[in-house]
Amino acid sequence: MTNRITGISGPTVSASPKGLKMYDRVSLGDAQLMGEVVRLEKQRAVIQVYEDTRGLGVGEPVRSVGKPLTARLGPGLLNRMFDGLQRPLDGLYQEYGAFIQAGKQAAQPWLARTFSFIPLKRPGDETRRGESLGYVEEGPFKHYIPNMEADGRIVRIVEGEMGLDDPVAALSDGTQLYLQHDWPVRLPRPSRGKRARVEPLITGQRCIDFLFPLARGGTAIFPGGFGTGKTILEQSIAKFADVDVVVYVGCGERGNEMAEMLEEFSALDDPRTDRPLMTRTIVVVNTSNMPVAAREASIYTAVTMAEYYRDMGHNVLLLADSLSRWAEALREISSALEEMPGEEGYPTYLASRMAEFFARAGAVETADGKTGSLTMILSVSPPGGDFTEPVTQACLRTTGSLFLLDTNLAYRRHFPAINWFQSFSLYEGDVASYFNRQVSPQWGLHHRRCREILQKEQRLREVAEIVGTEGLQEADRMLMHVAERIRREFLMQNAYTEDAYSSPEQTNEKIGGILEPYFRDTNTPTHGASGTEPGPDYPRTSLGSKNARPEA
Amino acid sequence: MRLSVHSYSTVARIQGPLIFVERVMQARMGESVTIVFPDRRKLEGEVLKIEKNNVLIQIFGESRGLDMDQTSVEFTDAVKKAPLSRSLLDRVFDGSFQPLDGLPHFVPERWAPVSGLPINPIARARPQELIETGFSVIDGLNTLVKGQKLPIFSSAGLPSKEMVAGILQHAHAGAVNSVETGKAFVVVFVALGLAHHEHEFYRQALMRMRNRFVAFINLADDPVVERLLAPRFGLSVAEYLAFVHGEDVLVVITDMTNYCDALREVSTAREELPGRRGYPGYMYSDLASLYERAGRIKQMPGSITMLPLVTMPEDDITHPIPDLTGYITEGQIVFSRELHQQGLFPPVDVLPSLSRLMQRGIGEGRTRADHRDIANALYTHYAKGRDLRRLEVIVGREGMTDDDRLMLDFADAFEAEIVHQGTERRGIAETLDLGLGLLQRFSLESA
Repeated sequence: MTNRITGISGPTVSASPKGLKMYDRVSLGDAQLMGEVVRLEKQRAVIQVYEDTRGLGVGEPVRSVGKPLTARLGPGLLNRMFDGLQRPLDGLYQEYGAFIQAGKQAAQPWLARTFSFIPLKRPGDETRRGESLGYVEEGPFKHYIPNMEADGRIVRIVEGEMGLDDPVAALSDGTQLYLQHDWPVRLPRPSRGKRARVEPLITGQRCIDFLFPLARGGTAIFPGGFGTGKTILEQSIAKFADVDVVVYVGCGERGNEMAEMLEEFSALDDPRTDRPLMTRTIVVVNTSNMPVAAREASIYTAVTMAEYYRDMGHNVLLLADSLSRWAEALREISSALEEMPGEEGYPTYLASRMAEFFARAGAVETADGKTGSLTMILSVSPPGGDFTEPVTQACLRTTGSLFLLDTNLAYRRHFPAINWFQSFSLYEGDVASYFNRQVSPQWGLHHRRCREILQKEQRLREVAEIVGTEGLQEADRMLMHVAERIRREFLMQNAYTEDAYSSPEQTNEKIGGILEPYFRDTNTPTHGASGTEPGPDYPRTSLGSKNARPEA
Repeated sequence: MRLSVHSYSTVARIQGPLIFVERVMQARMGESVTIVFPDRRKLEGEVLKIEKNNVLIQIFGESRGLDMDQTSVEFTDAVKKAPLSRSLLDRVFDGSFQPLDGLPHFVPERWAPVSGLPINPIARARPQELIETGFSVIDGLNTLVKGQKLPIFSSAGLPSKEMVAGILQHAHAGAVNSVETGKAFVVVFVALGLAHHEHEFYRQALMRMRNRFVAFINLADDPVVERLLAPRFGLSVAEYLAFVHGEDVLVVITDMTNYCDALREVSTAREELPGRRGYPGYMYSDLASLYERAGRIKQMPGSITMLPLVTMPEDDITHPIPDLTGYITEGQIVFSRELHQQGLFPPVDVLPSLSRLMQRGIGEGRTRADHRDIANALYTHYAKGRDLRRLEVIVGREGMTDDDRLMLDFADAFEAEIVHQGTERRGIAETLDLGLGLLQRFSLESA
C-alpha cells in the first residue's frame, strides 16, 4: 500500500504514517524527491525532504525505500565531486545539463568502470566483519575491500577485472560480497578503538604548525567573520596537509568558490606523489542555494566516506566549510518541525549532535588491525563576527584546537588572520616534543621565545599608545622591531605565492633566522637599530565580546 | 495533473499579506494562485504551506478590499513562472511584471520558474574576466570580474545611487591594453521600495542605456510582498538573456535592506520563530537563492554579474542584512560616512572592502603585471597610516617618528588622489599609474 502526502511546510512533509519506520529513506511524489522519516505520530509521519519541495502536491504518493540514508562506499570515490546526498555532480551535469533539477536520480557513471581485484583470502578461509577480502589499485595506493556483511567461511573468491556490482566473494551461508557496499551515514563505522598516540598533522601553515600544532586524529575549528580568509585557509590546508586522503565539504557556501577550487585542484600536483591533487580528494558540495535538508546531510555523507578510507589504514583529513551553515540547516528543519527552540532558535540538541559528529574524528585501530586517522578541520561563520553565539560556543566544548580568525588582522591584509592570543591547541605539548626530536632541538625554545616576544609586544604597544614610540626605550623598540618581523615575515603567509607551503624545517629555519640575531644583539647590546614603529597588524578581538568593528 | 482550474471561496482567515483557505483538494507547494476580489479585481498569490486541506497563501499585493464571503481563490496547478522574450529589453515593469511604461505586454517566447534552479557547481566556469567600472577603488583595489556578486554596503544619506549610476554608465568588459573595449552590458535593474526622488534619478540613468536594460520598479508605496517577487523576476530575465542569448548581464538590485524587511514582515505574519533582530532563521538560505544565481557556465558565452545595494541599518556592518550578505557574496564595497563628510566621492573605505575574485582578474595578460604589487603596497601603507591616525590623536604629531609622519601623509594623499575621483571615468591603466606615482612620491616600494 502507498502512503500519501497530507501536508507540506518548507523542507518538511507530513504523510500518513502506516508502515513507515524512523529514519527510513522515502521517495516522495511523482517527481520522486528523496526524503527521510524524522518523526512518527499516530496520525502522521514527518519527513525531512532533501530537495526543493516546490511543486510537490498533497495526495501524491510516498514510498519507503526500506533503508536509512546511506552512502555508497567502494573504489571510484576519489577525484569525484558529489552533492550532499552523494549524487555525482559530473553525472548530473552530463545527464541533465548545467542546472540541478529536483528528483533526478543521476545514473552513477562510475558503475560502468571495472577494477582489478586481487584477493588476500582463499576459499575455506574464515572472515570476520570489517576484515579485508582483497584490494584494488586506486591512484597511489591499495584500496582494501572490506567484508561489511557477516562473519563466516569463504566458499568462493575471485580474482581479476570486476565491476562494482559483481560479487567478488561468497560465504558459506550464501552471503554475497561486492566491491562496494552501502553504509548508513548517521552511524559511525566500527573500529577496534581509539589510539592515544600523538603524531603531528603538518599543514604547511607556519602559524598553525609552529604556534598551534594539530595532531592526526584531532579536531580544529576556525571561526571568523566574513572576509577573514576561512575559505582560503581551508583550501591551502587541503592542498598541502600531509595526509593520504582529503574529504572537502562545501556546506552551504559559494558556487563560484567551488568552481575555482576544482579548477585549481585539478591543475596542481600533490608535492608528495606528483599526482594531481584531485586524485587524493573527494569533494562534497551543497552550495547555499541547494536544498537545506541536503546541506544537513552533507557532513554525514562526507564523514562516512572519510571513515571508509580511514578503515583502510590511511590518514584522512575532513575539511568542512562551514559548520555554521550545517547548524543553520538544522535550525531551519527544527523550526519546520515546530520543535521547542533553544538559544537563538537553534534546537536544544545542537551541542550534542555536534559532539557526536566531532567524536567521529580520531586515530583508531581499524577492524582490520591497521592504524588509521581521521582529522577534522571545520570552519565556523559566527554572525556579525560575534564569537559568543551558540555554534562557536558548542564547538569550543569539544574541539581540540581553535584558530580564531580576526577581522582586524584581515582588514590589514595579515593572512592567515589567526589571532595568536585567543587561539589554542591542546596537542601543543605532545606535538612540540615530536618536533624537538624530529626537526630541531631548538623548536621548543623558539616556540617559548616567540610567544614571549608577542606577549611583551602587546604590553609595549599599550605603553606606546600613551607615550608615543619616541618615548620608548631603545631595548623596547628593538623588541617591537623583532615582534614586527615575526608578524610580517613569519606569521604572515601569502597563499598565492611559493610561500603558501612551509615545511617544518623551513619554519624552524625562518623563526631561527629572526630570533637568533635578536637574542645575540640583546645579550651584547649594540646600537644602530633604527627607530621602529609599532606595526598595525594587531589582533583586538576577544573571545568573550563582540568583534570590534573597523574604526571608520 | 488536474484538468480544470479549481476555484475555492472557503477563505478562513485573512491576515496582512496572508490568506488561509480551507477544504482545498490537492494543492501544491509554491503553486501559483489567483485571488479574485469581491469587486472582481484579481491579484496573484503563492501557496506557502499546506496542512491537510488547509492552505496558506501569500498575496503579491495589498489585501485591502478582501472579504470572507465573496473572495475566491483559483488554483492553477503550476508554480509561478516568468514570461520571457527578447522584446522585454528597454521595458519597465512593476514588481508583478506588469508594464509601467504604457506599452502593451509583450508576447512571451517562453516561460521559466521564477525561483530558478541551482547551477551545478561542476558546470560553473570560474569568473576571471575583468569588468572595468571606471572607479579606481574598484578597478585598482577591489577588482570586479564577470559572474561575480559584489554588494555595495552603504548607509543612509550616502551617495550610493550616484556610484551605481556611474557604474551603469561606465562599466564595460575588457582588459587594459586590448583595442576593443568589449561588449556593453545589458542591465537588469530591480528597485525595491524605491523613494520617488530616487526613482527619477535612476530613470534618467537608465534612459542613457538605450535598448540595453530591463527594469522592475517597486516604489516605496507599492505592495511590500512584491519586493519578494521582483528580484526573482529580474533574475529569471537575467538568466534568459545570459544563458539563452549569451549576453553579459549586470543585475543591480536596490535596496536589499527593503527585501529583507519584506521577508521579515511575511515571516512575522506567518507567526514564525524570529531569529536575530526579528529576521527569519532561513534568511541566509533565502538570500543565497538570489545571490547564487550570479555566475558563468562552462561552454556558454553569457554571464550574470550582480551588484546588490545594501543600506546598513545604523551604519552597522554586523547587522544581519549586511552580515549574511557578506557571507554569501564574493566580497563587498563598503561606504564610509567619514569620507563622505570630507567631501570625497566615491566615499569607499578600502580597508573593509574586498573582492574575493580579484586575484584571477588581474595581472599579466588581464590588467598589468604590476597590478597586484601596486594594490598590495597601497593597502599595506594605507592601513598603517590609518592605524597611526589613532595614535596621532593621543600623542600628537610631535610624539611620532618621521617614518610615522610620512605614513600619515601617505594616508591623506591616498584618500585625496586615489579614492576621490568625482564623477569622471578613470581607466584602469590610469588608476595603476596614479597608484605607482603615489608610491614613488613617498619613496615606498611596491612589494
